[in-house]
Amino acid sequence: MLLIACPWCGPRDETEFRCGGEAHIARPKDPDALDDAAWADYLFMRRNPKGRHRERWVHAAGCRRWFNVERDTVSHVITAVYPMGKPPPGEGG
Amino acid sequence: MTWPRLWRDPEPKPAYDAVIVGGGGHGLATAYYLAKEHGITNVAVLEKGWLGGGNTARNTTVIRSNYLWDESAAIYEFSLKLWEGLSRDLNFNVMLSQRGVLNLAHNLHDRREAIRRVHANRLNGIDAEWLDPTAVRAFCPILNIDAGARYPVLGATLQRRGGVARHDAVAWGYARAADARGVDLIQNCAVTGLRRNGGRIAGVETSRGFIKAGKVGIVAAGHNSVLAAMAGIRLPIESHPLQALVSEPIKPVLDCVVMSNAVHVYVSQSDKGELVMGAGIDGFNSYAQRGSFPVIEAQMGAVIALFPIFSRLRMMRSWGGIVDVCPDASPIIGKLPVDGLYLNGGWGTGGFKATPGSGFVFAHTIANDAPHPLAAPFSLERFTTGALIDEHGAAAVAH
Repeated sequence: MLLIACPWCGPRDETEFRCGGEAHIARPKDPDALDDAAWADYLFMRRNPKGRHRERWVHAAGCRRWFNVERDTVSHVITAVYPMGKPPPGEGG
Repeated sequence: MTWPRLWRDPEPKPAYDAVIVGGGGHGLATAYYLAKEHGITNVAVLEKGWLGGGNTARNTTVIRSNYLWDESAAIYEFSLKLWEGLSRDLNFNVMLSQRGVLNLAHNLHDRREAIRRVHANRLNGIDAEWLDPTAVRAFCPILNIDAGARYPVLGATLQRRGGVARHDAVAWGYARAADARGVDLIQNCAVTGLRRNGGRIAGVETSRGFIKAGKVGIVAAGHNSVLAAMAGIRLPIESHPLQALVSEPIKPVLDCVVMSNAVHVYVSQSDKGELVMGAGIDGFNSYAQRGSFPVIEAQMGAVIALFPIFSRLRMMRSWGGIVDVCPDASPIIGKLPVDGLYLNGGWGTGGFKATPGSGFVFAHTIANDAPHPLAAPFSLERFTTGALIDEHGAAAVAH
């Protein structure tokens, strides 16, 4: 089981959280300009990396706030927790 | 006297007409049908570990075809019909046991959905029955259908032709039959790259050197995204752990398969006497072949509520497989945007039952460079056209 450090509540069991999937998928600024392939990429295509992954989590049974997590999908080790809207650690703004 | 080898252990040749990446049930079936149905025998199956050692060895072996939507019903029923002749076709006992699959309804919505699905199945020529609670109890006496039960049973669908098969035998049977037709089964051979020549596939880089290939089929289950990324292709797939576990062996007590969509558990009893149980996926992405304990805890809670008789059983082993899940819980079978490159994946939590049909239609797709009619709706393009086949919740079990 994962132990996730909520930025507001501290380390809590995984059962208090829900995983919201891949982070840093920006909604298209001009949706009317998108063709079907671009929509498909935005809606459905995912990186699904083996190794370092950035994903969104919500503290559903706690403060109910969203945040980003950097986690390894092989070892499950969490290497960073950082706020929504911020770039991943080491990848400046 | 030792048992004879069932298949050769060849060195990879420099070039093949077709290379299948992934030596699980689906990949082995694909190779077998390429040879048998299409006469393409200069084929290699590349497996990074050992044959049938991934999800083929890690699933709960449930076979059924009672899917809601026409496209799914067609391919899963085609697969079930192949299952029914498979032991004879392969001359290898896959121990198909058509003991019946119950899908429980616990509330009014479940009941309506189930009855609708029975009608849809029958319209598609698939055997399906609706059982009221009394009939459910007659079919599966140990199920708790008391009115005060935590999960009341308002009825169940029954597919009598559904059941289970011996998962290892399926891999071994296909492997032996493919080998006998000349297919090279190459184990301990990891694919590390896909080489392209312009817009066409040229071959695969492997841990045992470059292998030239006229066509390449990716059938790598949880690792499909990793393989596709080697060709610069993004897929609508995410990999998750799917856990299962078995109890200590006991005398025969459960002679059918019981599945519950709402509380999400499925259970059958193996020929060895162990209860084989599975649940839903862990919610986060993973390639780790293990999941979190709370998933098992929730699953066991549901099992004991449905079957109070199991409450004192000890669990012997649990494990996880990595399943590749599509947004619509349906597979992707077809061509990729590189000539000569094909994908058979996205089977998510339900691939075992599809093994024969999946291999058959994928072999056809590779041989003809055009989708088999049953595979056509399951193209990658459906995520662009919007013609999704949404089996989330419709497929008789949630995913």
